[in-house]
Amino acid sequence: MDFGGITCREFVDLVTDYLDDLLDASSRARFEQHVAACPGCARYLDQIRASTRVLGRVTLDPLSPAARGQLMDAFRSWRSGRSGESESG
Amino acid sequence: MTILDDELVDLLRAGDERAFADLVDRYSPSMLSVARAYVTSREVAEDVVQDTWLALLQGIDRFEGRSSLRTWLFRVLVNIAKTRGVREKRCTPVDMHVGDHPAVSPDRFQSAASAWPDHWVRFPMPWRESPESSLLSGEALDLVRSELARLPEQQRIVVSLRDVDGYGSDEVCALLDLTAANQRVLLHRGRARIREALGGYFGAAS
Repeated sequence: MDFGGITCREFVDLVTDYLDDLLDASSRARFEQHVAACPGCARYLDQIRASTRVLGRVTLDPLSPAARGQLMDAFRSWRSGRSGESESG
Repeated sequence: MTILDDELVDLLRAGDERAFADLVDRYSPSMLSVARAYVTSREVAEDVVQDTWLALLQGIDRFEGRSSLRTWLFRVLVNIAKTRGVREKRCTPVDMHVGDHPAVSPDRFQSAASAWPDHWVRFPMPWRESPESSLLSGEALDLVRSELARLPEQQRIVVSLRDVDGYGSDEVCALLDLTAANQRVLLHRGRARIREALGGYFGAAS
């Protein structure tokens, strides 16, 4: 079997660089050769990809309504301060 | 179609309230999540986010768009959060020290004396259904949200910015003052833990 000259442990370490397209051409070729030959690593790579896709659907908590309200109030007084400046200036 | 940040900044200079609200809603969730890593409570994190927006308003005429708006926002946010964190005496603001805990436990690989050193002892278990197919039920999302919250802070914010917000690696390094190597390691381990959590739930019984 030709595992691209890398072990599964090395493969796992390269996954993030591979997904960010940071591997040089020869490392990339070895990585792809390995994944074609090794069902375990192919599964690992698929599962990491699926994990990032689920992460992409996560929504983070928004600012509390109170804090957002305070910010909008601050915006309005900032704006009226500015229009005052430009009128006098 | 979303309005570009540059256009919103122009509208903001002209005093457009909708533009300000749009920006606040667009960036505050990620800003909160980053600020939370530096301070002791959610309340203080909200203060930090508010102060960052006020700093933008105050400096809007000097904001030249030399850096992108979000890069500017996160850099100012991190500075304010660090100052607050120090005042609160939170021991290490975000310690960006990267330990040497591997992404996948070494005992998942065969020993040096075996037939296939450093190859899998057993292949990772297949998932009995794709987590994406369960997205509708929200199970996978809930699981990932709670695992994300449990990650070490530095992994959590790197994974959030990269995979939840979809920012590029260069930008995340600039925002958090990380080296490319550390960013990669934090992302690598964080993703591996999210995968493990999903595997614990979706993994086929063997």
